[in-house]
This record gives sequence, C-alpha cells and structure tokens, in this order.
Amino acid sequence: MESRKTIRKWFWVWDFEKEEAWLNGMAQNGWVLESVGFCSYHFVKCEPGEYSMRLEMHPYDEAYVQFMQDTGAEFVGRMMMWIYFRKKTADGEFDLFSDIDSKISHLDKIGKLLGIIGGANLLIGIANTFSPARLGWINLLCATLLMYSLGRIHGKKEALEKERILHE
Amino acid sequence: MPDSYALTESTYYILLSLLSPQHGYGIMQQTEEMSRGRVRLAAGTLYGALNTLCDKGWIIQLPVEDGSRRKEYKLTDKGKAILTKEVARLKELADNGERILKGE
Repeated sequence: MESRKTIRKWFWVWDFEKEEAWLNGMAQNGWVLESVGFCSYHFVKCEPGEYSMRLEMHPYDEAYVQFMQDTGAEFVGRMMMWIYFRKKTADGEFDLFSDIDSKISHLDKIGKLLGIIGGANLLIGIANTFSPARLGWINLLCATLLMYSLGRIHGKKEALEKERILHE
Repeated sequence: MPDSYALTESTYYILLSLLSPQHGYGIMQQTEEMSRGRVRLAAGTLYGALNTLCDKGWIIQLPVEDGSRRKEYKLTDKGKAILTKEVARLKELADNGERILKGE
C-alpha cells in the first residue's frame, strides 16, 4: 500500500476555508499534508485524525514560523502568500485566530493583496489595450476575477464586523 | 485609539500573564489556566497582539538569552497602569450588573 500520494486541486482564494476543511478531511481519513506546490498537495499516511490543519495568508516571516513552532504547530510549507501548518490533535485544539478582530485583520490582509494585484492588472490591461499586441484583455480578465475575489472576501469581513458590534 | 477604551479579553489576559516574564506559549497556557479553559488564545491572534502591544509600549520584548530561541515578554509600567485602570472598569461593570440583577 502506498504511503504517499499527490492530489492536484484548485481552490479560489475566497475558498480558503474550504481548502482548510478539505485538508482536515484528508487528515481525518489518514492522509496528512506533507508539502504543498502550485495546485498540488502532497500527502503522507497518518493515523486517522492524528493531525489538524490550518492555513493562513501571511508574508513569510521566520520569526512567525518559529513562534508557531514554539506553540506546538508544525510548518508544512508555503505557496504564494499562504502558509500551511499542522498540529497533532493530541496536543490540543488548533486555531490560528481566537477573536473576531484578528479574523477581520486576516481578511483585511487578503483583501489588500487582492486589491493591489487587481489594480495593477487593471492598469496594465488598460495600457495594453492600446498596444499593438492587443493582449490587454488577459489583464482585464484577471482584474475582473481579482475584484470579484475582493468582493467575496469583503462579504466575509462585513459579516464578522456585524457580529463585532455585539461581541468581541 | 485612546488608551481609555475597554480592552479585549485577549489583551486583558495577555497583560495579566506578563507581570512576570513569559514567552508566547506560556501566555497561552497561563490564560487558559486562569480562565479555567474558557479563554483560549490562538497563536496567530497572540502573535499579532504581542507585536501591537510592543509598538504601544505596554509590554517589552526581553533580550533573547543565549541558547534560548523563545522570545520573552514583560509588562511595562505603562502596561501595568492600563491594566489597573481596566480592573477598576471591570469591577464597576460587574458590581452594577450584580446590584441591578439582584433588584436592589
């Protein structure tokens, strides 16, 4: 029986919670993420439910990864701006954010990045529309998609902000 | 933001944990212990809060000792003053709540 496998899968940026849930489901079934590549996930066999997984958009920062490791989490890998962590379930519950404010600031971070890349694509797209290559539509398509992502992330943020009026 | 605003539960317990020097994981454990398991600080939340509190000067990061890679933090005088004020504010809230619920 194989002890390793790779799955190719694509998640939209606003579906990062779904991605996390999928990775946790895999771990529940005895496959824990070992490393991550572009649209590819490499798993290794583990005891079913041995690990829980979390992912976070965070610019890579040695000090942060060290901090996470000190609290019992393992650094699995990073892809683009995302960092993947896992922790043995026996070592206690594993969450990255425990209050509404930090969840909102995480979404803010994602939103800012989408906004910057989206804005850049929009400008390049407009500039390229007048160039002889006529490839501007590719950038404009990217910009549209990124702006849509931004909207989805903003929606999640608004829901949390509503909650924060009453709770912490 | 004025320093007179209410503290969040996370901030309150972080400050309370730092009367004596403590590293991140220690703060998480102490908070869970003090609140009898009710408040659990997640690592990402704690990391962000520690950086903000250092920037505000309510806590400081202690020089890292040789052979230890864990950063330790400690409450400053400013942090202690804020914590003291917050305890008084919370006491007022709790006292008023109790008094009115008892129907005095």
